[in-house]
Amino acid sequence: MRGKSWGAVVALHLGLVAVLFALNFVLPVYHQGVLARVMVLAVYAIGYNIAFGYTGLLSLGHAMFFAAGLYGAGLMGLHFGMAAVPAWAFGTGAGALLALVVGALALRTAGVSFMIVTLMFAQAVYLTILYFGDITHGDDGFVVPSVSRTLAGIDLSQQHPRYLVGWALFSAALLFSLWLVRAPFGRVLVAIRENEERARLLGYDTGARKLGALVISGTISAASGAAYGLLFGYVGASFAGVQYSIFALLWVLLGGAGTVLGPFVGTLFMFYLIDLATEVTDAYMLIAGVVLVGLTLFAPQGIVGEVRRRLWRDLP
Amino acid sequence: MEFGPYLLLACLEGAVLAAVLALMASGLSLVFGVMRVVNVAHGEFYMLGAVMAWVVTSVLGGGAVINFVAALILAPLIVGALAVLADVTILKRLNYDPERTIVATIGLLYIIQQLALMGYGPEARPVEPPFNTRIALPWVEWGEGGISLYFPWGLSTTSYKLFVIAAAVVLLAALRLFMTRSRAGLIMRATQLDGEMATAFGIPVERVYALVFGAGAALAALAGVLIVPIQQAHYLMGGDALLLSFIVVIIGGLGSLAGTVVAAVLIGMSDGIISVFFTPTLAKIIATLLVALVLVFRPQGLFGVRER
Repeated sequence: MRGKSWGAVVALHLGLVAVLFALNFVLPVYHQGVLARVMVLAVYAIGYNIAFGYTGLLSLGHAMFFAAGLYGAGLMGLHFGMAAVPAWAFGTGAGALLALVVGALALRTAGVSFMIVTLMFAQAVYLTILYFGDITHGDDGFVVPSVSRTLAGIDLSQQHPRYLVGWALFSAALLFSLWLVRAPFGRVLVAIRENEERARLLGYDTGARKLGALVISGTISAASGAAYGLLFGYVGASFAGVQYSIFALLWVLLGGAGTVLGPFVGTLFMFYLIDLATEVTDAYMLIAGVVLVGLTLFAPQGIVGEVRRRLWRDLP
Repeated sequence: MEFGPYLLLACLEGAVLAAVLALMASGLSLVFGVMRVVNVAHGEFYMLGAVMAWVVTSVLGGGAVINFVAALILAPLIVGALAVLADVTILKRLNYDPERTIVATIGLLYIIQQLALMGYGPEARPVEPPFNTRIALPWVEWGEGGISLYFPWGLSTTSYKLFVIAAAVVLLAALRLFMTRSRAGLIMRATQLDGEMATAFGIPVERVYALVFGAGAALAALAGVLIVPIQQAHYLMGGDALLLSFIVVIIGGLGSLAGTVVAAVLIGMSDGIISVFFTPTLAKIIATLLVALVLVFRPQGLFGVRER
């Protein structure tokens, strides 16, 4: 796979990064704002994809990692006036720790039980946020103070800095996942997804590697959540709800599970689809339901997965 | 009110919850037991049952009793038919693959819920109970002349709530008889034990699956109809109900009907009693964590036996 086609793959991904950078200077304000949001949320989807797409761990509770980052960063800003970078790092670290604890417990189960256990843990995190309403402001949420939203004197709530920070995070996550899936560690993850028994028979400690994958996945999701809170300034319990776990699944399935570009493509499509739907009806989640059923029935590979199947077999 | 009567009241409310929960969860358990499908849309069938009860009542416009009886028959039939349709068009085509069916039923959950929002609206609407006499309950007291009965203020229930408990007991007993004594029940149990072997013996497994999925949804709808005179019908009511039924089914052991009923009584009663001492949110946190830990450390459920 190395050689010419690998060069084309790298060129494709770097090309996307370059195009997204250039778009900052040409997009109208509204779409620039949407794309900034999509890029930050695509990081969440990239994190989810490492667990679900590459390792085959179908979690229904990733919103807890996103929320750990979101609240970790937001609460540090709200209560201690922490600066942007340490607040972001704290949120990301909180997500990593949560992923380690949840992974150590939940990975004792597999398949359907794993889905329900992650769902229940995420629900417990969501309810905990509501329970400590004095600190977290519960359902209403809170606005992150501006002291945590400045980086080297630049106001991150301004549209250009916000877009560029979102772009930088997205580019880092995208290139990291491109590197990861070709690294030996990533290859073993795919082997576990395809046939865990065989991977174990070949001498790999599949338990440790699944835990590693879940921690990486949770950490990236938390990094996205922390950045989301700091860049867009609002932290609320709805981000920890079941719906946000389902969103990650939906974006990755739509874009293509187990593809590097899939999470971004899925997030972009779904975001604009729901954006259009909200103009027509309150029942915009209907779209999410129809897309989920349609995907499982007709295109389990997702968009990029179909491209890989039909046009570009070497696409990672 | 003193503690004793208060506890009795909490137990009665808990028993009503347990009754409804047992019906709903046995539907979930039946579907999982026979088809090995975790139906995430189960809560929405419950919601549809409640909404259909309201629809039937307002379309019919007869007396409260006639309306309610009609709702009790029609709503489960309609919801069951919808579920059969969903099984044939979606789940069957996924070959009942466990993970893909969960994703599909999540999609189904949003489709049903959002269609209810569009058709029925965001309001909560009540349905009149067929009968609703207030029944004061006595409490014993050690007086000067030995034991005497008196009626503490506030210690009462309604005839309708007692009816819900009785109806659930009768329905669950009927379900158990149906599963153990009837030919259809035998076929379902055979399919549950070994689908391939059942096919080899000429059992139309796909038709059994469709009917089981429909019957599971009908049980949820029945629970929805029974609860709607006490709680109002609302398009988001399925979420909490789903979570509680999951808890019940997992604690009781996935796929075991008897365990499900025991767990429903346990969860329903303790929910009433725990809520007296803790806030509902804390009670829910404890319950969800408990379920997660049960699945991690005792996947066969608290009352189940390890398979094979």
